[in-house]
Amino acid sequence: MNQNPQLRIVLAKVGLDGHDRGVKIITRGLRDAGFHVIYPGLWQSPEAVVRTVADEDADWLGISLLSGTHLTLVPRIMELLKQAGLAHVGVLVGGIIPEADIPKLAALGVARVFGPGTPLPDIVDFLRSQGSRTHA
Amino acid sequence: MATAMDRKLWEQWRAEIEKAPPPVQPATTVSSVPIEPLYTPDDLQDVDYDSELSYPGQYPYTRGIHATMHRGRLWTMRQFAGFGTARQTNERFHFLVQRGQTGLSTAFDLPTLMGIDSDDPRSIGEVGRLGVAMDTIDDMRQLFDKIDIEKLSVSMTINAPAMIVMAFYLANAADRGFDWKKLRGTIQNDTLKEFHAQNEIYFPPEPSVRMAIDVIEFCTHHVPQWNPVSISGYHIREAGSTAVQELAFTLADGFHYIDECLARGLAVDQFAGRLSFFFNAHNDLFEEVAKYRAARLLWADRLRNHYGAKQESSWKLRFHAQTAGCSLQDKQPEVNLIRVAYQALAAVLGGCQSLHTNSMDEVLALPSEHAVTLALRTQQVLAHETGVTNTADPLGGSYFVETLTRQMEAEARKYFDRIDELGGMLPAIDRGFFRREIAEAAFVYQREVDAKRKLIVGVNAYQEAEEKPLEILSIDHAVESEQIATLRKRNGERSQDDVARTLDAVRRTAEAGQNVMPSLIDAARARVTVGETMGALADVLGRCDTAVV
Repeated sequence: MNQNPQLRIVLAKVGLDGHDRGVKIITRGLRDAGFHVIYPGLWQSPEAVVRTVADEDADWLGISLLSGTHLTLVPRIMELLKQAGLAHVGVLVGGIIPEADIPKLAALGVARVFGPGTPLPDIVDFLRSQGSRTHA
Repeated sequence: MATAMDRKLWEQWRAEIEKAPPPVQPATTVSSVPIEPLYTPDDLQDVDYDSELSYPGQYPYTRGIHATMHRGRLWTMRQFAGFGTARQTNERFHFLVQRGQTGLSTAFDLPTLMGIDSDDPRSIGEVGRLGVAMDTIDDMRQLFDKIDIEKLSVSMTINAPAMIVMAFYLANAADRGFDWKKLRGTIQNDTLKEFHAQNEIYFPPEPSVRMAIDVIEFCTHHVPQWNPVSISGYHIREAGSTAVQELAFTLADGFHYIDECLARGLAVDQFAGRLSFFFNAHNDLFEEVAKYRAARLLWADRLRNHYGAKQESSWKLRFHAQTAGCSLQDKQPEVNLIRVAYQALAAVLGGCQSLHTNSMDEVLALPSEHAVTLALRTQQVLAHETGVTNTADPLGGSYFVETLTRQMEAEARKYFDRIDELGGMLPAIDRGFFRREIAEAAFVYQREVDAKRKLIVGVNAYQEAEEKPLEILSIDHAVESEQIATLRKRNGERSQDDVARTLDAVRRTAEAGQNVMPSLIDAARARVTVGETMGALADVLGRCDTAVV
């Protein structure tokens, strides 16, 4: 595990979902904790998200979804990451994800799902403990 | 001392509390406003009852807009509903009406809210998921099938494409033989808060406002009992604002709509009485009550003294309230029932005209029939068992609530000044003022929760190791393919000449700067879709693709 450099994290809102209270808080909280955070704003397509991950040489991708489309959009993003040779990038999902869907996301390779009410420090600790798989 | 208070007794009490241990949590409101340990007649020394409070039904309506308030007439119990196809939502409407609901409220799915069709590639996974899918007038006809829309009032939560959905509604109503003059209801049509908070955006701010004003202007002339805008603080609060920000930004939006209507040549008394409001009902009972009371006072003052409105109906701020979705927790979700009940109490004590109570499972999914029934029953218990309806403004005169109301009023006025200093509403939007203010407040709140200076039951206090999952509603994913198939079939059956001709007329009207509503009604009858109509309008009005961070 790499302790030294700043972890690079892309945070993404995909699809039409406009709920951005959470993702903005996470963006600011992770920046305050010393991570390098890229948040390109609302309405990103899965293709655009994966392009950003590649361009930014990201260690982690955090996807925020509150519209119930996680089982449509997350598989698409995972597939595109694989195709782009970015399967090593860690993927987190945050937002409203029913309990029953969490194993399905895990099976796709999602490292962790953070539901509503997750304290910011939990996410920070998780990322610090995992480090980078890109820049190991 | 000018007060009747005995200073000595007061000092005794003061000495007493200095000795007491500090509060377990900081004594602040949900919005982090510090609260004194006690309020006394001292705080209200300079209140002039007649000019600041007066009687319910009398200017400035701080104590309510009707003389008898809920004693004379209960608020409308209006549960927001919509999912899947128009047929499915129509069934839910009939279900709710049979259970005693007194008004209907329609939720649309994300593609509709964003002004695109079900078969647009961006709609994938979203069709019928968060609300009902609406592509053409045929969906509107199905949605209100066998519902007497001259008797029941209907609310529709739609913004960017509000003028198109309103055109569908009016064309359908006329085709079914209903009289536009008798239609009662509300279309949200509040585009400004989309730019502050809710993010359902299609055109740039200025033409977006122009479309909203077209609806207001058209309804003023042709659908006189309809509320053509519901100026909404709800979403601003959900995005993380404080109570004062919700209050101030919402009223400032209202002032902007008034300015724009006046610029069209309407007289203030022609339309002001039909402007309606929509506020959040959050957890902090007294802060919320103070917010609603201050809102009425501020609005009445502005309308009468700044805009020179002469009719009392123009001065009265009428509002719908919805309990705070953002306060619902996915941990121990049944506890949400309790939160919702207190929030509903705040809305009612604050003098709301209609109310939606959230279902306990809405943080997990769209509500099940069981959960939505309990949410409605919460209002019925409040109305019929608690006695809160017996007297108007029961918290009026409370040293605390009156002080908080005045504080809220003063803080909101400071925000009005800041918006003016920034050059007004649209320049303030351009500079990202509202978004920054709201994001800052949301961040402060989260930090308070993370540090356990604010406790949330089940989340950062009183957690349970084992959670019993709730049964939640799942939407059949066949909805999306069904909706798309129907849409494509209907599109194939339309007269393409009519489609092209009416869309052309929409473009020309928009270009000429005329009110687009008549051309939209013609397009609706030609079965032009929401997405096609938005596209034609965008040819003239431009698009807003900037997803502001």
